[in-house]
Amino acid sequence: MHEGLNPWTFVIAAYGLGLGGTFALVASSWIAMLRAEKRRDRSRDL
Amino acid sequence: MHGFANPARFLRLARWVAPLLLVGGAILTGAALAWGLFKGPADALQGETVRILYLHVPTAWLAMAGWMMIAGASFAELVWRHPLAGIAARAAAVPGAVFTAICLITGSLWGRPAWGTWWVWDGRLTSMLVLLFLYFSYVALANAADQDGQTDNRVPAIFGLVGAVNIPIIHYSVLWWNSLHQPPSITMGQSAMAPEFLVPLLVATLGFSLLFGAVVLARMRAILAQVQTEARLRRKAMAEGQG
Repeated sequence: MHEGLNPWTFVIAAYGLGLGGTFALVASSWIAMLRAEKRRDRSRDL
Repeated sequence: MHGFANPARFLRLARWVAPLLLVGGAILTGAALAWGLFKGPADALQGETVRILYLHVPTAWLAMAGWMMIAGASFAELVWRHPLAGIAARAAAVPGAVFTAICLITGSLWGRPAWGTWWVWDGRLTSMLVLLFLYFSYVALANAADQDGQTDNRVPAIFGLVGAVNIPIIHYSVLWWNSLHQPPSITMGQSAMAPEFLVPLLVATLGFSLLFGAVVLARMRAILAQVQTEARLRRKAMAEGQG
């Protein structure tokens, strides 16, 4: 561990980026799925 | 396995498996990371930065597992022409790329306080960066192959198989070459880690894996829905053209 660096800065940055990236991936994939399935269901009525 | 290649059967299964994986993954990941961040002990050598382990290792595992899934699905597509294999490979590419990027970023954030540097061009870090570029290339190839509704996945499938060569290079890089990166702490049936680090790490790995599964299933459902919509619109346009 290198002196003079606050380890929590790196831990919080890693958790923020890691969890933020994972949440963005999950949310965007889920929303894309719901939209695609809604579009498919609407195309039945055309 | 061959039974699930039927898209209708797959959709029936995925409709209830995907939410289960999502909820289970969110609970396990949240619990393991909260424990790792607030309750877990600091390491004698690395201090508080060891908490990055609970993000870095699961994402590294999924970065490699994601490509192995692409390679397995590509093999199934080329050999058995499974209708869902190409869709499964395409669905795994973006989550694999995201977890590879998270692994590289968290590793860099861990390396600065632990090694004194953000980055070194050693075997492990470089081969992981190559994996990220392989994911980008696969996504570009799959999108190009899907242009104009003409789905021909042979080129991305061959690329998916060839790219799997990088996976053993990543795994053995710390043994083959000198590296700042530590060798594997967990091997088949053995661990050099104390249980207070190992248990939350395994729970986090399981949780992230379930989330990965949920994302892949969601993306497969989205691709299938898109294919069905386009086919339906094409049929309708042809029927109108004939009428």
